Amino acid sequence: MEKAILSVRNLKTYFFTQRGTIKAVDGIDFDLLPSECLCLVGESGCGKTVTALSILGLIDSPPGRIVAGEVVYHDVNLLKSSREQVRQIRGKEIAMIFQDAQSALNPVLTIGDQIAEQIKLHLKFSRREAKERTVSLLKEVGIPSPAEAADYYPHQLSGGMKQRAMIAMSLSCDPQILIADEPTTAVDVTIKAQILDIFRRLKETRQMSLLFITHELGVVSEIGDRMVVMYAGRLAETATVAELLGNPRHPYTVGLINCLPDMTQGNDRLQSIPGTVPSLIEPTNGCLFHPRCDKALAICRRQKEPSVLVNQGHSVFCHLYSPAETSQPC
Amino acid sequence: MLDHKLLEVHNLKKYYPVTGGLFSQHLGDVRAVDDVSFDIKEGEALGLVGESGCGKSTLGRTILRLEEPTEGQIIYRKTDITRLNQRELRGLRQEMQMIFQDPQSFLDPRMTVGQSIGEALLIHGVRDDKEREQRVIEILERVGLEGQQGLRYPHEFSSGQRQRIGIGRALILNPKLIIADEPVSALDVSIQAQILNLMLDLREEFGLTYLFIAHDLSVIKYVSQRVAVMYLGKIVELASRDEIFQNTRHPYTEALLSAIPGITQKKKTRIILPGSVPSPINPPAGCRFHTRCHRVLPLCHQEEPNLRDIGNEHLVACHLYRG
Repeated sequence: MEKAILSVRNLKTYFFTQRGTIKAVDGIDFDLLPSECLCLVGESGCGKTVTALSILGLIDSPPGRIVAGEVVYHDVNLLKSSREQVRQIRGKEIAMIFQDAQSALNPVLTIGDQIAEQIKLHLKFSRREAKERTVSLLKEVGIPSPAEAADYYPHQLSGGMKQRAMIAMSLSCDPQILIADEPTTAVDVTIKAQILDIFRRLKETRQMSLLFITHELGVVSEIGDRMVVMYAGRLAETATVAELLGNPRHPYTVGLINCLPDMTQGNDRLQSIPGTVPSLIEPTNGCLFHPRCDKALAICRRQKEPSVLVNQGHSVFCHLYSPAETSQPC
Repeated sequence: MLDHKLLEVHNLKKYYPVTGGLFSQHLGDVRAVDDVSFDIKEGEALGLVGESGCGKSTLGRTILRLEEPTEGQIIYRKTDITRLNQRELRGLRQEMQMIFQDPQSFLDPRMTVGQSIGEALLIHGVRDDKEREQRVIEILERVGLEGQQGLRYPHEFSSGQRQRIGIGRALILNPKLIIADEPVSALDVSIQAQILNLMLDLREEFGLTYLFIAHDLSVIKYVSQRVAVMYLGKIVELASRDEIFQNTRHPYTEALLSAIPGITQKKKTRIILPGSVPSPINPPAGCRFHTRCHRVLPLCHQEEPNLRDIGNEHLVACHLYRG
């Protein structure tokens, strides 16, 4: 297997609140390979965004703290690096796009100024060089008349254009890794198709790894190479996109796929997953999914789910596939 | 299922004036809903789909007269409700209820959920506390909550549960017509499926008629018998579900359908529309969609196409199908 460009090992990010400790991310591992698109999938509150923020050292402390784990980028553990070292990497080598472009952009600066700011800071470009580069970046993400658009303020742009400006900003220093947090969630379907098209082109033209966070399996199948399914702060399943969507093993993944209304088939009743995501403050013992799982075994209540390799590169975190388990319904 | 029309909308317009300048001159109008006609049969679910800003929510709100229509008629069971005064309307509102997108915003945070649901009963004349309580408990249980939970406050519920409360509140007056404005778009997929199933069950049980507003075509496909597609204040295509999805005619509907990321392995050719929706203050001349259309004709720049039946009760507003 290729050497990973970014490895997350046993990452645990907890939030310490008055009501108790929220285990937002509770021991996850994954690798991001060079030039691949890895999708991080799960429902709201499962820890996708917290994982991304932990990688970049952007967890607010207090209340949050990374209590264990490593984030290894080019043989350096970012969690052990100094703030200054992380600042050199963040925005330059690892860039991030946020879900809500409206709130991520500064309303009192033109988008050109906001993009140029990073270029001047990280690449030490002169003002004129930075301006030229800004315009070429805006062109790359498909903004019409980029030279004029650079002088617009965020409120003068539509939602799709703002998201493009965010993408241009994240690309400004030719990052090795781009983390995109739900970039297609807050936009309309036709705009979503445009944005996905940009990402697909970027994947081809730039040598860049993409960590793509989304809750939509449809988007994953459009853009992802491999995917990681998260549930309640832990991993559920990881494999290539084709393998995982074609041959899902974890009951949660199976449920997620089944509860999508299928465009190709008729109106059968939708399958749903009963119940809701558990509280992360007082998680249940054993597997966190067992209260909602229709295949739960007795052991699922008592013991944390093991990691089982079911196929080449396909891991499932579930007792059902553990060879030692004598199946005994609960 | 009876085949008579529960609701008819004729040439409905809703304009919002834009004013400006020293003396607040009338500068133009936001044509949120611009000459829309359709009908819903009793017991039917009509899906209304479109992108944000196309006027679908305004249309839903105008039908309930939460917004005053600028022009046109809304006929509910042979009564033209655009002519009713507020008191007469109140009687009718029992039969027409709305479910909103964001359950967080329509529930009063300082009232218990039971009070919120029971308030409608009080307004509509159920003065007996015991009877109100009994009916609130019944409806809570019917939407998949426990009767006891009526004593709790909105913040104690998850978003899926809050949407169940919203549905319960709409149903407590035994309405005939439910206008559901993006009821599942704020929910996670696993919860979305629960709510959609609940809405389908309730439709059968109570014989409800739905106007189901959504931007997600796969959701629309799942719940509706007929589908109307809106673009920039107009209905551009209206047909039965199977017609719309298997015999798509309007280029905008084609593009919407192709833009849905599916998880099936089969890759379809994707139509990517350029640009974004033009301003409804100054919509393009001719066909409103011509600026983004991939099959545009010279005629589309000049003449606005009318919604016409091309057979099989399939209505489409497009010059490509002039026959």
